[in-house]
Amino acid sequence: MIAYIVRRMLYAIPILIGVNLLTFILFFVVNTPDDIARSQLGDRRVTAQAIDTWKRSHGYHKPMIYNGNAQGLGKLTDTVFFKKSVRLFAFDFGRSDSGRDIGYDIGQRMWPSLAIAVPTLVVGILVNITFGLFIAFFRGTYIDFWGVVTCVILLSVSSLFYIIGGQYLLSKLFHLVPISGYDTGTNALKFLLLPVIVGVVSGIGSGTRWYRTLFLEEIGKDYVRTARAKGLSEQRVLFRHVLRNALIPLLTGIVVVLPLLFMGSLIVESFFGVPGLGSYTIDGIQRQDFAIVRSMVFLGSVLYIIGLLLTDISYTLVDPRVRLQ
Amino acid sequence: MHRLATLFFCVSISPASLALWNNPYPDSKTNENILYSSFSERPKHLDPVRSYSSDEYAFIAQIYEPPLQYHYLKRPYTLVPLTAVSMPRVIYIGADGSRLPHDAPVIDIAFSDYEIQIQPGIQYQPHPALARNIQDQYLYHSLSGEQVNQVHELSDFKQTGARELIAADYAYQIKRMANPRLHSPIAGVMAQYIVGFSELSEKIEAALSELEDGAFLDLRQFRLEGVTVVDRYNYRIRVRGKYPQFLYWQAMPFFAPIPWEAEHFYAQPGLKEKNITLDWYPIGTGPFMLAENNPNLRMVMARNPNFHGEHYPAAGDEADHAIGLLADKGKPMPFVDSAVYSLEKESIPRWNKFLQGFYDNSGIASDSFDQAIQFNPQGQAALTAEMSDRGIRLSTAVATSIYYMGFNYLHPVLGGNGERARKLRQAISIAVDFEEFISIFRNGRGVAAQGPIPPGIFGHHQGQAGINPYVYDWVDGRPQRKPFGIAKKLLREAGYPDGMDNTTGKSLVLHFEAIGSGPDEKARLNWMRKQFQKLGIQLIVRATDYNRFREKMLKGKSEIFLWGWNADYPDPENFLFLLYGPNSKAKKNGENASNYANPEFDHLFEQMKNMENNAKRKKLIDQMVTIARRDAPWMWGFHPKDFSLHHTWVRNTKPNLMANNTLKYVRVDPKLRATQRQDWNQPILWPLGLIGGLLGISVIPAIISFRRREKSTAL
Repeated sequence: MIAYIVRRMLYAIPILIGVNLLTFILFFVVNTPDDIARSQLGDRRVTAQAIDTWKRSHGYHKPMIYNGNAQGLGKLTDTVFFKKSVRLFAFDFGRSDSGRDIGYDIGQRMWPSLAIAVPTLVVGILVNITFGLFIAFFRGTYIDFWGVVTCVILLSVSSLFYIIGGQYLLSKLFHLVPISGYDTGTNALKFLLLPVIVGVVSGIGSGTRWYRTLFLEEIGKDYVRTARAKGLSEQRVLFRHVLRNALIPLLTGIVVVLPLLFMGSLIVESFFGVPGLGSYTIDGIQRQDFAIVRSMVFLGSVLYIIGLLLTDISYTLVDPRVRLQ
Repeated sequence: MHRLATLFFCVSISPASLALWNNPYPDSKTNENILYSSFSERPKHLDPVRSYSSDEYAFIAQIYEPPLQYHYLKRPYTLVPLTAVSMPRVIYIGADGSRLPHDAPVIDIAFSDYEIQIQPGIQYQPHPALARNIQDQYLYHSLSGEQVNQVHELSDFKQTGARELIAADYAYQIKRMANPRLHSPIAGVMAQYIVGFSELSEKIEAALSELEDGAFLDLRQFRLEGVTVVDRYNYRIRVRGKYPQFLYWQAMPFFAPIPWEAEHFYAQPGLKEKNITLDWYPIGTGPFMLAENNPNLRMVMARNPNFHGEHYPAAGDEADHAIGLLADKGKPMPFVDSAVYSLEKESIPRWNKFLQGFYDNSGIASDSFDQAIQFNPQGQAALTAEMSDRGIRLSTAVATSIYYMGFNYLHPVLGGNGERARKLRQAISIAVDFEEFISIFRNGRGVAAQGPIPPGIFGHHQGQAGINPYVYDWVDGRPQRKPFGIAKKLLREAGYPDGMDNTTGKSLVLHFEAIGSGPDEKARLNWMRKQFQKLGIQLIVRATDYNRFREKMLKGKSEIFLWGWNADYPDPENFLFLLYGPNSKAKKNGENASNYANPEFDHLFEQMKNMENNAKRKKLIDQMVTIARRDAPWMWGFHPKDFSLHHTWVRNTKPNLMANNTLKYVRVDPKLRATQRQDWNQPILWPLGLIGGLLGISVIPAIISFRRREKSTAL
């Protein structure tokens, strides 16, 4: 398995280079270094000399990807792409175009993202599994029918609606929680309640349907019929046999998103005023801060690769028949 | 005992006894003298050498003190001393070094000296950069790696110190502006005026290139020819020629003092990696200091214990007196102990928090405009009953800004001083109905512009004397857009009858450079097309992003565009220079975006720009405005009107569009606020019971079904 993990990690290198190159090209198709300089210096009274000085001091004065004037390897290494990218592989994110240390900011801002994402994921899974099992238990009845209809309605609604509706009902109308904001320590609890509730409720529709499908697939298998034939109660069949065997596809969906929890949610963080990595990314895009955009895309790619690897490893843990080669 | 416990339980969960569940602030702060507000955009820089936007000035203007400031209540906007003892003394110098009389001709003036005397005894805020031990050595100027490791925020430095503000600190900051690595946005402008500025920039660049990145460069060792520290409290700035607007720059944070110790302190290795920099942790002498600096969440300003003291202004007009703005006259400021600004990116939560009393003031977003404002039959804005019932007050002020629609003067059809192009531009100016634009797209928040100079700026005329006679008539005591027939007549005279080009026989096609393509923008663009369609002109919209738009403007490839300008200072020069030929954006990378060039206008501008406000200057301005109106390089667009709302417990709020250091004037009544919040935010618990009940009821059929299934036989 170790060889498999090493091989997968080596595969990750060209993937990350490709992602980085693609991000670089996409970003600079719509933004020139002059644009970046102007967005940092402002529009008013900026001279061409000031723009040149800014580009020089931030390393944007070099050729983008290929330096025809350099010698040998320098043709590729004495470029904006190389200079800005190579340090990422050592997780040195450098400084944002406005001068802040990106690594420090990521370290600060991942905690608020996790504070929302982890409870939303855990509570969401519990609620969705419960509803999924509940509907699967009453499969073929009117409870199943109306449950699925409700799920389809819930998953058809935009997440923005849940956010605004949640803020309107729970905070504006009933005054039960703050509309938005964040704090540290235990003071954060009252701010987390609403985004977590919104996150869980907005995921019930798709989550429940997904789990119901998984459970129904398992319920139709021979070992379940055997268990019933042995005279086991339906609860015992569901909880002891079906649930455990449905774990593999469950893990696929859950483990792969675990590392991405760090990245936060773009919309939720923006609406609830949570200073997480989701809003950090949005800020970077809006400010044309290439250093932040590049770092966040790179980090997201690394975490996604880690997520896939963890999923593979988790298969071997829950199903002894699976071997990684 | 059991009864007592039951009673206690009932009382404890009854709404009246509950703390506010939706209070975003700690309950312990409820009765404290704190102002609560919000900010929507994270500031980029808090270093006065770099900051140049209102969202940054909202913080640093309360901390840094330039020598001058704007009087809070007086209109037109008036400069008064802040840390200066009096207004700077201006001395004119001839080319031979002789001193010239104050009324010397502009052409004879080679230099102007601004002599500034600051008040003695002003202290900096407590700051670790100024902390010293008993041997008078700086405590934190040679930090070890271990010390740096233990620090995460500035407040982790336990010791702080202060020292007196001296004239050399102002000189130091001017030298910082010349530091090319600090990227001061006004360095280019100052290089034109301050003697020796460019030379100093070159010297600093040369010195920096020999140092490691980020290392401390002591600017005290560099000489700036145009800035002289006369003694501890006096300094002199020498600028080239006569430049009366230089005084206005002295009221901006660019010219606030920075102690050299701060630069030395922040340049130490390891601090930059923790974002502990002068760009994020200001050090000033103002009424407030930054107590909490988390631009991703919250910025907290706390009263500076070393503040030198200032008194609320005693002068104001009748209206100020009538609405109680002079009730605090002569009282020591600041009035609030601290101010908490929360980051609120979305307008909906911001608005709702204001209505709940958790923000003391608010602007009005377009989606909540109808809830807050209604227009009376006379067209005047007033609060809705809902707002009035809450005691909310509305403040309005026409901004010292202009949004204009420009014609590119370099364009072969639209541009130039020829009669044909001029009449075409005049015809379009009449046809595009900006009153309608303001009504539809800005909820009435704006005033149609009659020329380049906004209300409140010297040279602006009110009433009939102020209308643009090429676009408006004065009818029934108000300006009225000329009849559409006039526009068609002008168009015909220009050679485009009904929008058809006489020479080609085809419809005239013009292009509009639009930024953005969202739903709101689409409606605006449709409206724009219709305005041109009225004349038979086909308007093609070229939608693009702001970067490409800016590029087109720099290359002079646009035709018609919408842009704006916000005043740096309340002087007509700051608007008329937008039409000065040598400031052409395409040719000189200047701010004249329409590339307008009229030698007569330029000549008058050169005479006017360095004059003090007097009758002669006013006459020149009138002439310039008349020329510009006739040439119509812009459709003059509109001056936006700022609407802001304040709760009844907030006092001393008067819109001042030039001053940024206004926090010190504001007073709040925390007790009244606490009472109102309590009334408005009682938690409503019955929905929780209802949801629980519904969930319970919904489970019953499942239980019945479950039991039925359990009891049923297999076959």
